[in-house]
This record gives sequence, structure tokens and C-alpha cells, in this order.
Amino acid sequence: MTPRADGLGGVELTNVTKRFVTPTGAAMTAIRDVNLVVEPGQFCAVVGPTGCGKSTTLTLAAGLEMPSAGTVRVSGKPVEGITKGASFVFQADALLPWKPVVDNVALGPLFKGVPKKEAAARAMDWLQTVGLAGFEHHYPHQLSGGMRKRVSLAAALINDPSILLMDEPFSALDVQTRAIMSNELLTLWDRQRPSVIFVTHDLEEAVFLADKVVVITAGPGTVKAVFDIDLPRPRGALQDIRFDKRFLELYQQIWGALREEVEQTYSRSAIAAKAKGGPA
Amino acid sequence: MSALSITTVPQTASDEASLSAQAKARMKRHKQLVMIGQGAIFLFIVVGWQVSALTGFIDPFFFGSPWGICVRLYTWALNGTAYGSFWLQIWVTLEESILGFIVGVTSGVFFGVLLGEVPYLAEIIGPYIKIVNALPRIVLGSIFVMWLGLGLPSKVLLAAVLVFFVVFFNAFQGVRSVDRNLISNARILGASRLQVVRHVVFPSAMTWIIASLHVALGFSIIGAIVGEFLGSQRGLGLVIATAQNTFDANGVFGAMLVIGGLALSAEWVMSKVEKRLLAWQPSNTRDGNFQGT
Repeated sequence: MTPRADGLGGVELTNVTKRFVTPTGAAMTAIRDVNLVVEPGQFCAVVGPTGCGKSTTLTLAAGLEMPSAGTVRVSGKPVEGITKGASFVFQADALLPWKPVVDNVALGPLFKGVPKKEAAARAMDWLQTVGLAGFEHHYPHQLSGGMRKRVSLAAALINDPSILLMDEPFSALDVQTRAIMSNELLTLWDRQRPSVIFVTHDLEEAVFLADKVVVITAGPGTVKAVFDIDLPRPRGALQDIRFDKRFLELYQQIWGALREEVEQTYSRSAIAAKAKGGPA
Repeated sequence: MSALSITTVPQTASDEASLSAQAKARMKRHKQLVMIGQGAIFLFIVVGWQVSALTGFIDPFFFGSPWGICVRLYTWALNGTAYGSFWLQIWVTLEESILGFIVGVTSGVFFGVLLGEVPYLAEIIGPYIKIVNALPRIVLGSIFVMWLGLGLPSKVLLAAVLVFFVVFFNAFQGVRSVDRNLISNARILGASRLQVVRHVVFPSAMTWIIASLHVALGFSIIGAIVGEFLGSQRGLGLVIATAQNTFDANGVFGAMLVIGGLALSAEWVMSKVEKRLLAWQPSNTRDGNFQGT
């Protein structure tokens, strides 16, 4: 693991609990007593059943929400307000549909006060890097899902983030595009080495990408187990490594931990559906 | 049958070319048929009206006649009205509408975005806005004429008030329905609150605002004309009021025709502007917004 030259990055959640108040005034606990350490330059995947608070962990690290209890530290400093040096990649593309691709990518530098021309020039470089040279002046809706994801990645990485937060970024893509994007994400990550927290439902994706996989329990979520992924890097293509013996071994181990939680969540929702009179 | 065999077995490029040529010819024919139908209805109404008036089936004193309307418009254009040239009346109404439109849209957008961005303010002011909105705002015109006199300001204000509410509610709703992820993303990228409004909230609400502008445009013309009706020294509203008082049916219809022409051309300009502002949208949603020319 090679941390960044500036030594920044790294996320540390200590005994973090987050409760939400619904508009009707009812309180609900999303995550409880979460302890999680992501080293600078480390790629950490977070898996867990639906509704276990995976995304909440990300919003806390980004500083979009404050923890109800416990502390969140990024680059060693406690988070108060929007985290400096963080970038976020959402499940749905958070691209502005009324701006051409190049202007979307240039937003980060522009917000930081970089002159318009220079921001655009840097955006052009990044579009080249993600293989979208020639599409600068297209609008997002004119691109395919995979291409939009590349734009999102460029827009997130242009600020040279020390932590990169990803909320099921590839879940809307088809299987082939997904595999390609996973490979490219690793290449891009290797250039800047931000700490990554990558939330996903896809265990295969998690094992392939990460240095460390964290399993979260059924909601309210807490850390159930942490697995170090000792597959050597570079790992080649996902299509090749998925049948590797060690890969399968890790996959089985993690699935063993995840399975109970998934089953529990499923049976809960089945009971809730039955109580409502719907089909179980 | 030959058309069927081409659609099922497109073997070469020339087959595709002939298929597309056929489709284009079909579309052209369809367009022509629609235009013929529209023209037929127009002729039916105008000719029917004229003939009914000539034969005494309807009383031309109350219902006028197409020919009478043409004559009336011609004399207006040539000799002017009792209060100045006819063109001046058109210009006065147009000026009032445009100014009212500008004032109403600007203030509507400003307050819509402001209240959408500051929910506390929206909660406090919300009920009052609803009360004012529930009033039949046309009657405000009487007050405005009393306050501001018979000149231009009272009409501009009435048009602006009518326009304001339409635009305000759409701008407010537009701001409220901005994708939260877009805002979060901009904030994480380092945007200040003003930058979020400028780059995310406002353009996003723009779709809603533009949708309201068509209705607002109609309202600005209504506002100007009703204002002139209620008390003025110039304008198309006054022309209609005078024609009404002298039982000049052709005059009322003639002025209506001119107003209709104004509204249509304003609508045309508006759709050009809209097309430009919404160039980023995928074309199928844009067509859904507004049908016609």
C-alpha cells in the first residue's frame, strides 16, 4: 500500500452512531457504534444488506451529516462541515444535465476559484485520461451510462481528492461495462492514491477492488467483520481473477459473514409485507 | 405488397434509401392533409359567417361580418382612432404588456428562488401569498388605476401582478424539486451557497420557470388590456371599450383579431427563446413541453 505523497487521506470512525428524525418526529437509528479505520491510500469496500446504513457512513465522512455520537476524522482532523479534500461519486450520476461534459468536469476547480479558462483546460486533460476526448461538448444525456460514469469519475478526481467516497457507483451499469469500469477505477486510483470507501452490493466487485472489505450488519448497522484482501496488485482484469483460488476463498469467507445479515433483512421485510397484508 | 417486401427484406443500402424516401413522402403527404383540413375549417367559418350576415341569418349589427371587420381595420389603419393613430394604440398595449411581463417574471423568479431556498421564510409568508393568490386579481386593477392614474404604470402593475404569481409558484416548486444529490455533489466539490444557487438550483428550476412563461405571456397581455378597460387614455383595451359603447361589433372583433395576432407572435418569439434556453434537453422531453408552432 502506497499512501499519497502529501500524507493526507485516511478516515477514522470511532463509536459513531447516527440517528435520524423523520418529518413526523419519529427517531430512527441508521448506524450504531461503528468503528472503522481506512488508512491513507487504502481502498476499502463496504458491503451489507439493503438499508443497513452503508450510505450514511459515506455522508458522515463527507461531512454532509454530523454523527449523533462518536467522532469522524478525516486526514486526522475531526469533521466539522463539508470535508476538505473529499470527492463523492453517486449511484445516479450527479452531473448537471444543462452543462456540456467539459463544464461539468470543470466545476470542481471553478468552485475552488480557479479561473474559467484554466479549469476548462484541466477538465479537457481529465476527459482525455478517462478516454472521452472528442465528447467535451456533448450533453450528459447524449452519452451512454458507462460514459457518464467516466465523466463522474473525472469530475470527482479533478480536485485530486485525498478521500474518494463512492456510493454503489456502478450498480446501474450492465455487467460488461461494470467490469471495464472496475478495471479503470483501479488504474485511476493508482495515479492519485486517495483513500477510498466504496459501498456496494456486489461482493465480487468488492473483493476485486479493495484492500479491505467491511461487512455491516442488518440495520441499524454496525461493523460485523473486517477482511483483509491479500490478493497482489495489479490484479489484472476482473474476468480473469474471479476464478483464482484465493479470490474464491475470500469470497466464500465474506459471503459466510454477509449471508446471515442478508437473510435477516429479507425475513424482516417479508414479515413487514405480511403485516401490511401484501404478498410475502 | 411491394412496400411490405421491402420492409421485411432490407438487403442492400439502396433498399434502405428507398424505404426512407417512402417514409419521407408519407410524412409530407400527411402534413399536406393536415394543412388542407385546417384551411377548410378556416374557410368554412369565414365564408359561413359572411354568408349568414349577408342573407340576414344573423344580424350583422350584433355579430359583425368578416368583410365589415376588414373594412373597420382598414379605416383604423388609415385614419386612426379618436385618440391617436391605431399603431400607437397597439404600441401602447404592447409596451405595457412587455414591461409588465419583465417586472412580473423578474420578481416572480426572485421571490420564488428566495422562498424556495429559505424554507423558514416560505413557511411564514406562504399563507399570505395563498390569500393574495385566492383574490380575483383582476379587481386589483381598479385600485391600481386609483393609485397610479390612467397612464402606463397602473397597467404595467396589473400585468406584473398577474404574471408574478404564475412565475412565482413555478420557480418555487422548481427550486424545491432540485435533485438533492446535485446539491450535495456541488457542496462537496467546494461550492459556496451562492455558487450552488447559481450553478445548480437556478438552472434546474429554469425548466419549471420556462414552462410558466407561456401562461405568463398571455396573462401580461390580459393584464394590460383589462387595465386599459378599467380606465385609460390609450391602448387596444380602450379601443374595444369604445367600440362596445358605440355598439360597433366589427370594431370589437377587429381589435380582438389584432390582440390575437400580438399574442401569437409573442408566443412564437417565446418558443424560439425556450428552444434556445433548453437546448441541453433531450429532444423528446422538449417536444412534450409545448405542442404547435
